Amino acid sequence: MNYNWEWSIYLAAEPGGTGIYIKYLVIGLGWTLATALAAWVIALAIGSVVGTLRTTPHKWVVRLGNAYVEIFRNVPLIVQMFLWFFVVPELLPKALGDWVKQMAPPWGSYLPAVMCLGLYTSVRIAEQVKSGIGSLSRGQGMAGTALGLTLGQNYRFVLLPQAFRIVLPPLTSEFMNVIKNSSVALTIGLLELTGRARAMQEFSFKVFEAFAAATVIYLLTNLVVVYGMRALEKKVRVPGLISASPTAGGH
Amino acid sequence: MSGYDFDVIQRSWVYLFRDGMTFTLTLTALAMVGGIFFGTLLAMMRLSRFSILSYAAGGYVNLMRSLPLVLVIFWFFFLVPYIGAWAIGAKDPVKVGSFMSCLITFTMFEAAYYCEIMRAGIQSVARGQVWAGYALGLNYWLTMGKIVLPQAFRNMLPVLLTQTVILFQDTSLVYVISATDFLGAAAKVANRDYRLVEMYTFVAVVYFIISFGLSLLVKQLQSRIAIIR
Repeated sequence: MNYNWEWSIYLAAEPGGTGIYIKYLVIGLGWTLATALAAWVIALAIGSVVGTLRTTPHKWVVRLGNAYVEIFRNVPLIVQMFLWFFVVPELLPKALGDWVKQMAPPWGSYLPAVMCLGLYTSVRIAEQVKSGIGSLSRGQGMAGTALGLTLGQNYRFVLLPQAFRIVLPPLTSEFMNVIKNSSVALTIGLLELTGRARAMQEFSFKVFEAFAAATVIYLLTNLVVVYGMRALEKKVRVPGLISASPTAGGH
Repeated sequence: MSGYDFDVIQRSWVYLFRDGMTFTLTLTALAMVGGIFFGTLLAMMRLSRFSILSYAAGGYVNLMRSLPLVLVIFWFFFLVPYIGAWAIGAKDPVKVGSFMSCLITFTMFEAAYYCEIMRAGIQSVARGQVWAGYALGLNYWLTMGKIVLPQAFRNMLPVLLTQTVILFQDTSLVYVISATDFLGAAAKVANRDYRLVEMYTFVAVVYFIISFGLSLLVKQLQSRIAIIR
């Protein structure tokens, strides 16, 4: 291949004047994480509520929850990103819409990106929470009812504490998904890691060095998340389940 | 919603569907076929007795699954011309059309996801089936092709199709390399006529109808082909 590799490019100054390229990319990682974490908080809050509601005995609540999930699951992420960025400010009351549109960069892209990713991820969390509650043995809820707990107390003290500990592993992969998905925010102008790698490629013409750096940073981030979550899983696992027994091997 | 201009959709829908949706659907279909083909090969490698094959396939799958699709699209967009030049021995990077570039990207990327599905499918087949195949004197390829894979496909068909619905949605990300898929075509009209609100809501509705319809079909198929055990 006729490609001139130039690895020292990372130490060259980027044209925006914020310092060397590698620093430019690491700040990008900061934006990626800031977007992913904020979206994660929204997703966890809404997803838990919707997922729980979908397991209640109230038929119309379940239907409403299902409709919410289907809507956000069947529209591509990038289209949702455009809806939040281009369409929502137009539909808001004029003063509020103008305020959103005139927000200084990067907040003008950051806020729609967080809202979009938050709601997009919330339906996936809702699915996980629902299946987590569904995986509990029926006797758990019945025992709660027999003890005289109300529906709310039953969820609060019996079902949810177990369900959340069971769904922690799938939630880990959802968290990695939200980190990866935050790269779509570059289409609305948020300079996160992938966006900055692309910008670096445009400034320096060093295509493969730029994307190689982003690739390595994503891989390292994944490793950190996997190990962090594994430690958390070990800490909160439910005693007595197969995954909790110390002799069980595998991952 | 006053001032909502339906006219722009009426003016542009032929272009949107004839150019854009054709691109999207062709890409989805070809990438599905290619992705399932390579995904199955990868799954067979991952389950292989030869550790070098299984490590290579495992490494590839884990790499693809930990990178954002957008980054992978960029990688292949710039890499494919160099690979092409290397393959035909040309000195300069060859020119590759955006459709070809997208097709290679999605085939290679989705292969990693199809691989995990096929791996689960192959592992869901009872071990006795493989032994029976060997006992009948079939070799590895015949056992795989005639006994294991047909059952694995049948078991995993709904999951494979669900992944294809996700692939269909993911193809909209080719927007980042300015390819004219359904979203790209709509974005071009939206920016030309300054009708962003109308075009993007229309795009969302169309994607929703197709994806939701497909996932309903998958659900129906799932209940029809389920093997009663």
